[in-house]
Amino acid sequence: MTQDAAARAEELARTAYGRLLAIVAAKNGDIESAEDCLAEAFAQALRTWPETGVPNSPEAWLLTVARNRGHDLRRSAAYRLTEPLDNLNQAGALSVVQELDPDAIPDRRLALLFVCAHPAIDPAARTPLMLQAVLGFDAEQIGRAFAIPATAMAQRLVRAKRRIRDARIPFVVPDRGQMPARLTPVLEAVYGAYAIDFPLVAGTVPRDSLAGEAHYLATMLAELLPEEAEALGLAALISLSLARHPARGTVDEFVPLDEQDPSFWDAALIASGELYLRRARDLDRMGRFQIEAAIQSVHCARATSGETDWRALLTLHTALLSLAPTLGVRVAHAAAVGRVEGPDEGLKALDAVGDEATQRFQPAWATRAHLLAAAGRVGEAALAYERAISLTTNGAVRRYLERRCAGMVGETRPNAAPPITCPGGRLPS
Amino acid sequence: MRYALLIHYPQPAVSTLSEDEIKAGMAAFHAYAKALEEAGVLRSAEVLQTIAKATSVSMKQGKLQVQDGPFADTKEAFAGIFVLDVPDLDAALAWAEKCPAAHWGTVEIRPSAVRFVDGGWTSASEPVRA
Repeated sequence: MTQDAAARAEELARTAYGRLLAIVAAKNGDIESAEDCLAEAFAQALRTWPETGVPNSPEAWLLTVARNRGHDLRRSAAYRLTEPLDNLNQAGALSVVQELDPDAIPDRRLALLFVCAHPAIDPAARTPLMLQAVLGFDAEQIGRAFAIPATAMAQRLVRAKRRIRDARIPFVVPDRGQMPARLTPVLEAVYGAYAIDFPLVAGTVPRDSLAGEAHYLATMLAELLPEEAEALGLAALISLSLARHPARGTVDEFVPLDEQDPSFWDAALIASGELYLRRARDLDRMGRFQIEAAIQSVHCARATSGETDWRALLTLHTALLSLAPTLGVRVAHAAAVGRVEGPDEGLKALDAVGDEATQRFQPAWATRAHLLAAAGRVGEAALAYERAISLTTNGAVRRYLERRCAGMVGETRPNAAPPITCPGGRLPS
Repeated sequence: MRYALLIHYPQPAVSTLSEDEIKAGMAAFHAYAKALEEAGVLRSAEVLQTIAKATSVSMKQGKLQVQDGPFADTKEAFAGIFVLDVPDLDAALAWAEKCPAAHWGTVEIRPSAVRFVDGGWTSASEPVRA
């Protein structure tokens, strides 16, 4: 019994944390104090549930205790009390919540996500803030995932939370008019939790991957905003990308997308990603995340068809280019051109990128090297490989490039494959 | 070409850092140095003791001055140095931006001018890999 109660409290801490925090924090916009109140509520649950049993609606119980704790805090801070609920002492409140319908607890996490990714919040703090507020991660866990010291991460989080409180950022879901502009940073912050899987720091410190959490947030967002095509697109993108994780090698060995064995891909995740993508398409509002998801979908199709439809990929990369012409997207587009129209055309497309930043952009040099090698220009390819390798801080990727470079010497491979770079500008995973 | 990555960060009072934080920082620096070594670009790496342990020497005023502490007290202090041998500034930048200290301080990249080796000063812009 004791163990059951403790296990139930822990399970709730995982599944209900964000829902409860969203409600408590919305009251006065103070996430920090809401966290303290909720922590107290969970501590009290661990103390009392083993004796009294798990209440009928544990979430309502936790919510009431947390709220009362908040009232106590304000009372002690000499706040004036105005609401009738404040008059309930804890015991009284408990008897009330036993009768509360758990389904009646509203889901305010959507508003919380919009607060975390509000334009007034430092973009670097948005993803960590979501992980903390919605999933209950502490600064140390988040710091570990970002390879940042816990103290630095804690400071970043506290600064963001105080800004939310002091600037009175409202806990609301933007209306239709504001939605497109406000949704993008939310989607980007959720994608950020997935993207940190790609190391920010050189070296192979074992880090906790947050790819699973990113997937959780993205699917949650898709369920909360079922009419937003891009929210569905992001859920599709992360599902389809995550599906390939088991096949992409280890810290020591990098396996590029072309060489991955599709039998290691997660078929269930692919299926759920395809479903999100279909639902997004039905809404008929194209967007960047949907196109990126469609690109992943074409790659994943190799699991069943045995081949990659490069023409479809080129079409999608061209579409992406018009929507989000980032450096990474332009380089990936050049690689797709090289694949369909031949290495010379690919090199032309790469030259057309023309951005000075390509000079120090590793994927641009890796792509150039592969294209030159495919064109049989071995000498120039070797120089490009050398340059790409000098810009590569990841050991596994460097060894892969060295292998490709060494494999090329003395042979011309007109049909050799240029690499596929991801839209984000990373090497494919 | 040789480049020095000069690391500056606020000097934490030792007591403000937990055992775990110190361990995590050391692990990050260790992994970074290993990655540099594995890439064959690392020439030397030193992480310095805190600025409180500094002793400064100057003859600028015409006589010997030995000062307990640094000459200039700044918020961010010089804390460590990695000397790399890489083809160019872009490669040095690629490594500098992956330095763990970049997350809690500043990494200044300075091309080396000359260095003393085998009894004489030589230009630092010699080819990569000895």
